[in-house]
Amino acid sequence: MNVVQYFERHPDEILQATVEHIWLVGIAMLIAVAIGVPLGILVARRPWLSKAILGGANIAETIPSLALFGFLLPVPWLGDRAARLAIAALALYALLPIIRNTAAGIASVDPAVREAARGMGMTERQILFKVELPLSLSTVLAGVRVATVLTIGIATIAAAVGAGGLGEYIFRGLAMVNNSLILAGAIPAALLALAADFFLSVLERWLRPAR
Amino acid sequence: MSDGAKARLAEEANDGVIAFRGVHYTLPSGQVLLRDINLTVQRGETLVLLGRSGAGKTTALKLINRLLEPTAGELQVDGRATLAWNPIELRRHIGYVIQETGLFPHYTVAENVALVPRLERKSAPHVRARVEELLALVGLDPARYLDRYPHELSGGQRQRVGVARALAADPPILLMDEPFGALDPLTRAEVREEFQAVQKRLGKTIVIVTHDTSEALLLGSRIALFEAGEIRGIYSPREFMASSEPVAAAYREQLRRLDEFERGT
Repeated sequence: MNVVQYFERHPDEILQATVEHIWLVGIAMLIAVAIGVPLGILVARRPWLSKAILGGANIAETIPSLALFGFLLPVPWLGDRAARLAIAALALYALLPIIRNTAAGIASVDPAVREAARGMGMTERQILFKVELPLSLSTVLAGVRVATVLTIGIATIAAAVGAGGLGEYIFRGLAMVNNSLILAGAIPAALLALAADFFLSVLERWLRPAR
Repeated sequence: MSDGAKARLAEEANDGVIAFRGVHYTLPSGQVLLRDINLTVQRGETLVLLGRSGAGKTTALKLINRLLEPTAGELQVDGRATLAWNPIELRRHIGYVIQETGLFPHYTVAENVALVPRLERKSAPHVRARVEELLALVGLDPARYLDRYPHELSGGQRQRVGVARALAADPPILLMDEPFGALDPLTRAEVREEFQAVQKRLGKTIVIVTHDTSEALLLGSRIALFEAGEIRGIYSPREFMASSEPVAAAYREQLRRLDEFERGT
Protein backbone atom coordinates (compact mmCIF):
# COMPACT_ATOMS: atom_id res chain seq x y z
CA MET A 1 0.00 0.00 0.00
CA ASN A 2 1.51 3.32 -0.98
CA VAL A 3 1.08 6.55 0.90
CA VAL A 4 -1.65 7.93 -1.36
CA GLN A 5 -3.75 4.85 -0.82
CA TYR A 6 -3.15 5.15 2.89
CA PHE A 7 -4.44 8.72 2.89
CA GLU A 8 -7.49 7.60 0.93
CA ARG A 9 -8.36 4.83 3.31
CA HIS A 10 -7.76 6.57 6.62
CA PRO A 11 -8.63 10.24 6.15
CA ASP A 12 -10.41 10.54 9.50
CA GLU A 13 -7.60 8.96 11.41
CA ILE A 14 -4.97 11.21 9.83
CA LEU A 15 -7.13 14.25 10.32
CA GLN A 16 -7.51 13.40 13.97
CA ALA A 17 -3.76 13.00 14.39
CA THR A 18 -3.26 16.34 12.64
CA VAL A 19 -5.73 18.03 14.96
CA GLU A 20 -3.93 16.50 17.94
CA HIS A 21 -0.67 17.79 16.54
CA ILE A 22 -2.02 21.30 16.07
CA TRP A 23 -3.43 21.22 19.57
CA LEU A 24 -0.09 20.18 21.13
CA VAL A 25 1.79 22.87 19.24
CA GLY A 26 -0.89 25.53 19.75
CA ILE A 27 -1.06 25.15 23.53
CA ALA A 28 2.73 24.93 23.77
CA MET A 29 3.10 28.14 21.74
CA LEU A 30 0.56 29.99 23.86
CA ILE A 31 2.51 29.05 26.97
CA ALA A 32 5.84 29.89 25.33
CA VAL A 33 4.59 33.34 24.26
CA ALA A 34 3.08 33.98 27.70
CA ILE A 35 6.45 33.22 29.32
CA GLY A 36 8.87 34.21 26.55
CA VAL A 37 7.64 37.73 25.82
CA PRO A 38 7.85 38.91 29.46
CA LEU A 39 11.28 37.27 29.73
CA GLY A 40 12.34 39.03 26.52
CA ILE A 41 11.21 42.35 27.96
CA LEU A 42 13.19 41.58 31.10
CA VAL A 43 16.28 40.80 29.01
CA ALA A 44 15.92 44.13 27.20
CA ARG A 45 15.39 46.06 30.44
CA ARG A 46 17.92 44.38 32.71
CA PRO A 47 21.03 43.52 30.70
CA TRP A 48 22.59 41.85 33.72
CA LEU A 49 19.78 39.28 33.68
CA SER A 50 20.17 38.56 29.99
CA LYS A 51 23.04 36.10 30.44
CA ALA A 52 21.10 33.99 32.92
CA ILE A 53 17.84 34.00 30.97
CA LEU A 54 19.28 33.53 27.49
CA GLY A 55 21.77 31.01 28.85
CA GLY A 56 19.00 28.97 30.43
CA ALA A 57 16.89 29.03 27.27
CA ASN A 58 19.95 28.13 25.24
CA ILE A 59 20.64 25.08 27.37
CA ALA A 60 17.02 23.92 27.01
CA GLU A 61 17.45 24.29 23.27
CA THR A 62 20.54 22.05 23.19
CA ILE A 63 19.00 19.09 25.04
CA PRO A 64 18.16 16.41 22.45
CA SER A 65 14.37 16.37 22.21
CA LEU A 66 13.96 12.68 22.88
CA ALA A 67 16.06 13.05 26.04
CA LEU A 68 14.06 16.08 27.18
CA PHE A 69 10.82 14.12 26.96
CA GLY A 70 12.50 11.42 29.01
CA PHE A 71 13.82 13.88 31.61
CA LEU A 72 10.38 15.38 32.17
CA LEU A 73 8.70 12.00 32.61
CA PRO A 74 9.43 11.67 36.37
CA VAL A 75 8.49 15.30 37.13
CA PRO A 76 5.38 15.11 39.42
CA TRP A 77 2.22 16.61 37.80
CA LEU A 78 3.91 17.05 34.40
CA GLY A 79 4.67 13.36 33.95
CA ASP A 80 1.12 12.31 34.86
CA ARG A 81 -0.24 12.80 31.39
CA ALA A 82 1.62 12.40 28.13
CA ALA A 83 0.08 15.46 26.46
CA ARG A 84 0.93 17.65 29.43
CA LEU A 85 4.51 16.46 29.33
CA ALA A 86 4.79 16.99 25.59
CA ILE A 87 3.38 20.51 25.80
CA ALA A 88 5.84 21.45 28.54
CA ALA A 89 8.79 20.15 26.52
CA LEU A 90 7.63 21.89 23.33
CA ALA A 91 7.08 25.18 25.15
CA LEU A 92 10.61 24.93 26.52
CA TYR A 93 11.98 24.59 22.97
CA ALA A 94 9.91 27.48 21.70
CA LEU A 95 11.17 29.85 24.40
CA LEU A 96 14.59 30.81 23.03
CA PRO A 97 13.55 32.33 19.68
CA ILE A 98 10.70 34.20 21.34
CA ILE A 99 12.84 35.63 24.14
CA ARG A 100 15.62 36.57 21.76
CA ASN A 101 13.37 38.28 19.24
CA THR A 102 11.38 40.15 21.86
CA ALA A 103 14.59 41.51 23.35
CA ALA A 104 15.97 42.36 19.91
CA GLY A 105 12.72 44.05 18.87
CA ILE A 106 12.67 46.27 21.93
CA ALA A 107 16.37 47.06 21.60
CA SER A 108 15.81 48.16 17.99
CA VAL A 109 13.29 50.88 18.90
CA ASP A 110 14.76 54.24 17.87
CA PRO A 111 16.33 55.82 21.00
CA ALA A 112 14.94 59.21 19.91
CA VAL A 113 11.42 57.78 20.02
CA ARG A 114 12.00 56.38 23.48
CA GLU A 115 13.53 59.63 24.69
CA ALA A 116 10.64 61.65 23.30
CA ALA A 117 8.20 59.30 25.03
CA ARG A 118 9.94 59.73 28.37
CA GLY A 119 10.33 63.47 27.87
CA MET A 120 6.62 63.87 27.25
CA GLY A 121 5.82 62.23 30.54
CA MET A 122 4.83 58.71 29.57
CA THR A 123 5.23 56.19 32.38
CA GLU A 124 7.50 53.17 31.90
CA ARG A 125 4.40 51.01 31.47
CA GLN A 126 2.93 53.34 28.83
CA ILE A 127 6.25 53.39 26.97
CA LEU A 128 6.29 49.60 26.98
CA PHE A 129 2.70 49.03 25.87
CA LYS A 130 2.13 52.01 23.60
CA VAL A 131 5.57 52.39 22.04
CA GLU A 132 8.06 49.57 22.49
CA LEU A 133 5.80 46.54 22.08
CA PRO A 134 3.78 47.87 19.13
CA LEU A 135 7.01 48.82 17.37
CA SER A 136 8.62 45.43 18.00
CA LEU A 137 5.52 43.37 17.22
CA SER A 138 6.73 42.16 13.83
CA THR A 139 10.10 41.12 15.28
CA VAL A 140 8.39 39.27 18.14
CA LEU A 141 6.17 37.58 15.61
CA ALA A 142 9.19 36.51 13.55
CA GLY A 143 10.41 34.74 16.69
CA VAL A 144 7.02 33.11 17.16
CA ARG A 145 7.12 31.95 13.55
CA VAL A 146 10.55 30.35 13.89
CA ALA A 147 9.50 28.74 17.17
CA THR A 148 6.25 27.40 15.68
CA VAL A 149 7.95 25.79 12.71
CA LEU A 150 10.56 24.28 15.02
CA THR A 151 7.91 23.01 17.42
CA ILE A 152 5.78 21.41 14.70
CA GLY A 153 8.78 19.29 13.78
CA ILE A 154 9.76 18.41 17.33
CA ALA A 155 6.15 17.60 18.24
CA THR A 156 6.39 14.45 16.10
CA ILE A 157 8.72 13.09 18.76
CA ALA A 158 6.01 13.58 21.41
CA ALA A 159 4.49 10.35 20.13
CA ALA A 160 7.42 8.54 21.78
CA VAL A 161 5.88 9.30 25.18
CA GLY A 162 2.37 8.55 23.96
CA ALA A 163 1.18 12.12 23.47
CA GLY A 164 -0.26 11.36 20.06
CA GLY A 165 -0.05 13.64 17.04
CA LEU A 166 1.41 12.91 13.62
CA GLY A 167 4.49 11.34 15.18
CA GLU A 168 2.38 8.23 15.86
CA TYR A 169 2.59 7.32 12.18
CA ILE A 170 6.28 7.99 11.99
CA PHE A 171 7.09 5.79 14.98
CA ARG A 172 4.73 3.07 13.80
CA GLY A 173 6.24 3.23 10.32
CA LEU A 174 9.75 3.01 11.77
CA ALA A 175 8.82 -0.01 13.85
CA MET A 176 7.15 -1.76 10.93
CA VAL A 177 9.73 -0.58 8.37
CA ASN A 178 6.86 0.87 6.37
CA ASN A 179 7.73 4.01 4.44
CA SER A 180 4.13 4.78 3.53
CA LEU A 181 3.26 4.94 7.17
CA ILE A 182 6.22 7.22 7.92
CA LEU A 183 5.17 9.52 5.10
CA ALA A 184 1.58 9.51 6.33
CA GLY A 185 2.91 11.31 9.40
CA ALA A 186 5.75 13.25 7.84
CA ILE A 187 3.88 14.82 4.93
CA PRO A 188 1.06 16.41 6.97
CA ALA A 189 3.64 17.60 9.53
CA ALA A 190 5.71 19.24 6.80
CA LEU A 191 2.61 20.83 5.24
CA LEU A 192 1.56 22.07 8.65
CA ALA A 193 4.96 23.69 9.15
CA LEU A 194 4.83 25.34 5.72
CA ALA A 195 1.30 26.61 6.32
CA ALA A 196 2.22 28.03 9.73
CA ASP A 197 5.29 29.69 8.24
CA PHE A 198 3.27 31.24 5.43
CA PHE A 199 0.41 32.42 7.60
CA LEU A 200 2.66 33.92 10.28
CA SER A 201 4.94 35.63 7.78
CA VAL A 202 1.93 37.30 6.16
CA LEU A 203 0.81 38.49 9.58
CA GLU A 204 4.34 39.65 10.32
CA ARG A 205 4.55 41.72 7.15
CA TRP A 206 1.17 43.22 7.87
CA LEU A 207 2.28 44.28 11.35
CA ARG A 208 5.69 45.61 10.35
CA PRO A 209 5.88 49.30 11.20
CA ALA A 210 6.38 51.62 8.26
CA ARG A 211 9.72 53.39 8.15
CA MET B 1 24.80 88.93 52.86
CA SER B 2 22.66 92.01 53.50
CA ASP B 3 18.91 91.74 53.86
CA GLY B 4 18.47 93.63 50.63
CA ALA B 5 20.65 91.17 48.76
CA LYS B 6 18.79 88.28 50.33
CA ALA B 7 15.48 89.77 49.29
CA ARG B 8 16.74 90.22 45.74
CA LEU B 9 17.87 86.60 45.67
CA ALA B 10 14.48 85.43 46.94
CA GLU B 11 12.75 87.59 44.38
CA GLU B 12 14.89 86.15 41.66
CA ALA B 13 14.02 82.63 42.82
CA ASN B 14 10.32 83.46 42.76
CA ASP B 15 10.48 85.05 39.37
CA GLY B 16 12.48 82.31 37.76
CA VAL B 17 10.43 79.58 36.18
CA ILE B 18 13.55 77.44 35.98
CA ALA B 19 16.50 77.84 38.30
CA PHE B 20 19.83 76.02 38.39
CA ARG B 21 21.53 76.37 41.77
CA GLY B 22 25.12 75.13 41.83
CA VAL B 23 24.24 72.19 39.62
CA HIS B 24 26.86 69.57 38.84
CA TYR B 25 26.43 66.54 36.67
CA THR B 26 29.07 63.84 36.80
CA LEU B 27 28.93 60.47 35.06
CA PRO B 28 29.47 57.31 37.13
CA SER B 29 32.84 57.06 35.35
CA GLY B 30 33.85 60.32 37.03
CA GLN B 31 33.68 62.40 33.86
CA VAL B 32 32.29 65.84 34.68
CA LEU B 33 29.68 66.99 32.17
CA LEU B 34 28.44 70.06 34.05
CA ARG B 35 30.27 72.05 36.70
CA ASP B 36 28.56 74.48 39.06
CA ILE B 37 25.81 75.75 36.79
CA ASN B 38 23.85 78.75 38.07
CA LEU B 39 21.14 80.01 35.83
CA THR B 40 17.66 81.46 36.13
CA VAL B 41 15.15 81.43 33.33
CA GLN B 42 12.53 84.15 33.61
CA ARG B 43 8.88 83.68 32.80
CA GLY B 44 8.15 84.21 29.11
CA GLU B 45 11.76 84.54 27.98
CA THR B 46 13.58 82.47 25.41
CA LEU B 47 16.93 81.38 26.74
CA VAL B 48 19.38 79.89 24.28
CA LEU B 49 22.04 77.46 25.45
CA LEU B 50 24.84 77.99 22.96
CA GLY B 51 27.94 75.86 22.79
CA ARG B 52 29.84 73.30 20.78
CA SER B 53 29.11 69.56 20.83
CA GLY B 54 29.92 68.09 24.22
CA ALA B 55 29.78 71.47 26.00
CA GLY B 56 27.02 70.16 28.25
CA LYS B 57 24.03 72.07 26.90
CA THR B 58 21.89 69.02 26.13
CA THR B 59 22.74 67.60 29.54
CA ALA B 60 21.58 70.85 31.11
CA LEU B 61 18.32 70.66 29.16
CA LYS B 62 17.63 67.09 30.22
CA LEU B 63 18.14 68.04 33.85
CA ILE B 64 15.19 70.43 33.57
CA ASN B 65 12.62 67.75 32.76
CA ARG B 66 14.45 65.24 34.92
CA LEU B 67 15.50 62.91 32.17
CA LEU B 68 18.71 63.26 34.15
CA GLU B 69 19.16 64.09 37.82
CA PRO B 70 21.86 66.44 39.13
CA THR B 71 24.69 64.75 41.03
CA ALA B 72 25.08 67.90 43.14
CA GLY B 73 23.21 71.16 43.56
CA GLU B 74 19.54 71.75 42.91
CA LEU B 75 17.23 72.58 40.04
CA GLN B 76 13.90 74.23 40.53
CA VAL B 77 10.94 74.38 38.22
CA ASP B 78 8.19 76.77 39.34
CA GLY B 79 9.97 77.21 42.66
CA ARG B 80 10.02 73.51 43.44
CA ALA B 81 13.05 71.22 43.25
CA THR B 82 12.79 68.86 40.28
CA LEU B 83 13.50 65.97 42.63
CA ALA B 84 10.45 66.96 44.68
CA TRP B 85 8.22 66.81 41.60
CA ASN B 86 6.60 63.63 40.43
CA PRO B 87 8.71 63.14 37.28
CA ILE B 88 5.70 62.27 35.11
CA GLU B 89 3.82 65.36 36.26
CA LEU B 90 6.92 67.50 35.75
CA ARG B 91 7.42 66.28 32.18
CA ARG B 92 3.78 66.83 31.24
CA HIS B 93 4.20 70.37 32.52
CA ILE B 94 7.08 70.87 30.07
CA GLY B 95 6.95 70.52 26.28
CA TYR B 96 9.92 68.73 24.75
CA VAL B 97 11.18 68.88 21.17
CA ILE B 98 14.27 67.00 20.02
CA GLN B 99 16.28 67.12 16.84
CA GLU B 100 15.20 63.75 15.44
CA THR B 101 11.66 64.73 16.53
CA GLY B 102 11.08 61.27 18.04
CA LEU B 103 7.65 61.09 16.40
CA PHE B 104 6.06 57.69 16.92
CA PRO B 105 6.30 55.92 13.56
CA HIS B 106 3.23 53.80 14.28
CA TYR B 107 1.03 56.80 15.06
CA THR B 108 -0.53 59.19 12.57
CA VAL B 109 0.19 62.91 12.78
CA ALA B 110 -3.09 63.40 14.67
CA GLU B 111 -2.29 60.61 17.12
CA ASN B 112 1.22 61.92 17.68
CA VAL B 113 0.01 65.43 18.45
CA ALA B 114 -2.83 64.09 20.62
CA LEU B 115 -0.49 61.96 22.69
CA VAL B 116 -0.15 64.02 25.87
CA PRO B 117 -3.78 65.27 25.98
CA ARG B 118 -4.85 61.63 25.61
CA LEU B 119 -2.54 60.58 28.44
CA GLU B 120 -4.17 63.31 30.48
CA ARG B 121 -7.54 61.78 29.58
CA LYS B 122 -8.95 64.82 27.85
CA SER B 123 -12.23 64.21 26.01
CA ALA B 124 -11.99 63.13 22.37
CA PRO B 125 -13.76 66.12 20.74
CA HIS B 126 -11.65 68.50 22.80
CA VAL B 127 -8.47 66.70 21.72
CA ARG B 128 -9.53 66.66 18.07
CA ALA B 129 -10.15 70.40 18.07
CA ARG B 130 -6.86 71.02 19.83
CA VAL B 131 -4.92 68.93 17.31
CA GLU B 132 -6.40 70.83 14.38
CA GLU B 133 -5.71 74.15 16.05
CA LEU B 134 -2.08 73.21 16.66
CA LEU B 135 -1.42 71.91 13.17
CA ALA B 136 -2.78 75.15 11.78
CA LEU B 137 -0.56 77.03 14.23
CA VAL B 138 2.60 75.34 12.96
CA GLY B 139 1.54 75.85 9.35
CA LEU B 140 0.24 72.42 8.37
CA ASP B 141 -3.19 72.06 6.79
CA PRO B 142 -5.06 69.74 9.21
CA ALA B 143 -7.30 68.27 6.50
CA ARG B 144 -4.24 67.15 4.55
CA TYR B 145 -1.94 65.97 7.29
CA LEU B 146 -4.03 64.59 10.16
CA ASP B 147 -4.03 61.00 8.96
CA ARG B 148 -0.55 60.81 7.49
CA TYR B 149 2.24 58.82 9.09
CA PRO B 150 5.59 60.44 9.97
CA HIS B 151 7.41 58.58 7.18
CA GLU B 152 5.11 60.27 4.67
CA LEU B 153 6.30 63.72 5.74
CA SER B 154 9.36 65.79 4.84
CA GLY B 155 11.90 66.66 7.52
CA GLY B 156 10.49 70.16 7.92
CA GLN B 157 6.95 68.87 8.26
CA ARG B 158 8.04 66.30 10.83
CA GLN B 159 9.72 69.05 12.83
CA ARG B 160 6.52 71.11 12.80
CA VAL B 161 4.55 68.11 14.01
CA GLY B 162 7.15 67.68 16.76
CA VAL B 163 6.57 71.28 17.87
CA ALA B 164 2.79 70.85 17.70
CA ARG B 165 3.04 67.71 19.81
CA ALA B 166 5.13 69.49 22.44
CA LEU B 167 2.57 72.30 22.63
CA ALA B 168 -0.47 70.02 22.74
CA ALA B 169 -1.06 70.02 26.48
CA ASP B 170 -0.37 73.77 26.58
CA PRO B 171 2.67 73.47 28.85
CA PRO B 172 4.00 76.77 30.20
CA ILE B 173 7.57 75.66 29.49
CA LEU B 174 9.09 74.40 26.26
CA LEU B 175 12.46 72.68 25.91
CA MET B 176 13.96 72.36 22.45
CA ASP B 177 17.12 70.43 21.65
CA GLU B 178 18.54 71.52 18.29
CA PRO B 179 14.99 71.72 17.00
CA PHE B 180 16.01 72.90 13.56
CA GLY B 181 19.34 71.08 13.36
CA ALA B 182 18.34 68.28 11.00
CA LEU B 183 16.77 70.57 8.40
CA ASP B 184 18.29 71.87 5.20
CA PRO B 185 19.19 75.59 5.38
CA LEU B 186 16.15 76.88 3.49
CA THR B 187 13.58 74.81 5.34
CA ARG B 188 15.41 75.67 8.50
CA ALA B 189 15.03 79.40 7.99
CA GLU B 190 11.38 78.92 7.14
CA VAL B 191 10.51 76.75 10.14
CA ARG B 192 12.52 79.06 12.38
CA GLU B 193 10.59 82.11 11.23
CA GLU B 194 7.30 80.39 11.80
CA PHE B 195 8.50 79.32 15.19
CA GLN B 196 9.30 82.94 16.03
CA ALA B 197 5.73 83.89 15.20
CA VAL B 198 4.39 81.07 17.37
CA GLN B 199 6.71 82.14 20.16
CA LYS B 200 5.40 85.72 20.05
CA ARG B 201 1.80 84.56 20.12
CA LEU B 202 2.08 82.03 22.93
CA GLY B 203 4.53 83.71 25.29
CA LYS B 204 5.92 80.43 26.65
CA THR B 205 9.08 80.12 28.67
CA ILE B 206 11.46 78.46 26.23
CA VAL B 207 14.92 76.94 26.53
CA ILE B 208 16.60 76.14 23.21
CA VAL B 209 19.85 74.27 22.70
CA THR B 210 21.84 75.15 19.60
CA HIS B 211 25.39 75.41 18.29
CA ASP B 212 24.39 77.94 15.66
CA THR B 213 25.32 81.52 16.56
CA SER B 214 22.91 83.22 14.19
CA GLU B 215 20.08 81.06 15.49
CA ALA B 216 20.99 81.98 19.05
CA LEU B 217 20.98 85.70 18.24
CA LEU B 218 17.75 85.45 16.28
CA LEU B 219 15.68 83.44 18.75
CA GLY B 220 17.15 84.17 22.15
CA SER B 221 16.17 86.94 24.52
CA ARG B 222 19.27 85.80 26.39
CA ILE B 223 22.15 83.52 25.50
CA ALA B 224 23.95 81.25 27.96
CA LEU B 225 27.35 80.38 26.55
CA PHE B 226 28.47 76.84 27.42
CA GLU B 227 32.03 75.63 27.13
CA ALA B 228 33.46 72.42 28.58
CA GLY B 229 30.63 71.92 31.07
CA GLU B 230 30.63 75.47 32.40
CA ILE B 231 28.74 78.64 31.69
CA ARG B 232 31.13 81.26 30.34
CA GLY B 233 28.58 84.02 30.42
CA ILE B 234 24.94 84.93 30.06
CA TYR B 235 24.22 87.73 27.60
CA SER B 236 21.47 89.54 25.83
CA PRO B 237 22.06 89.34 22.06
CA ARG B 238 23.42 92.90 22.18
CA GLU B 239 25.79 92.11 25.06
CA PHE B 240 26.87 88.95 23.28
CA MET B 241 27.98 90.99 20.26
CA ALA B 242 30.00 93.26 22.55
CA SER B 243 31.41 90.67 24.96
CA SER B 244 35.15 90.35 25.43
CA GLU B 245 34.86 86.69 26.48
CA PRO B 246 37.14 84.79 24.08
CA VAL B 247 34.61 82.03 23.41
CA ALA B 248 31.92 84.57 22.55
CA ALA B 249 34.42 86.32 20.34
CA ALA B 250 35.14 83.04 18.56
CA TYR B 251 31.45 82.59 17.80
CA ARG B 252 31.26 86.16 16.55
CA GLU B 253 34.27 85.56 14.35
CA GLN B 254 32.39 82.67 12.74
CA LEU B 255 29.47 85.04 12.07
CA ARG B 256 31.73 87.81 10.71
CA ARG B 257 33.36 85.43 8.23
CA LEU B 258 29.97 84.30 7.01
CA ASP B 259 28.93 87.91 6.65
CA GLU B 260 32.07 88.82 4.70
CA PHE B 261 31.51 85.90 2.41
CA GLU B 262 27.94 86.96 1.76
CA ARG B 263 29.04 90.51 0.98
CA GLY B 264 31.78 89.14 -1.22
CA THR B 265 34.65 90.95 0.47
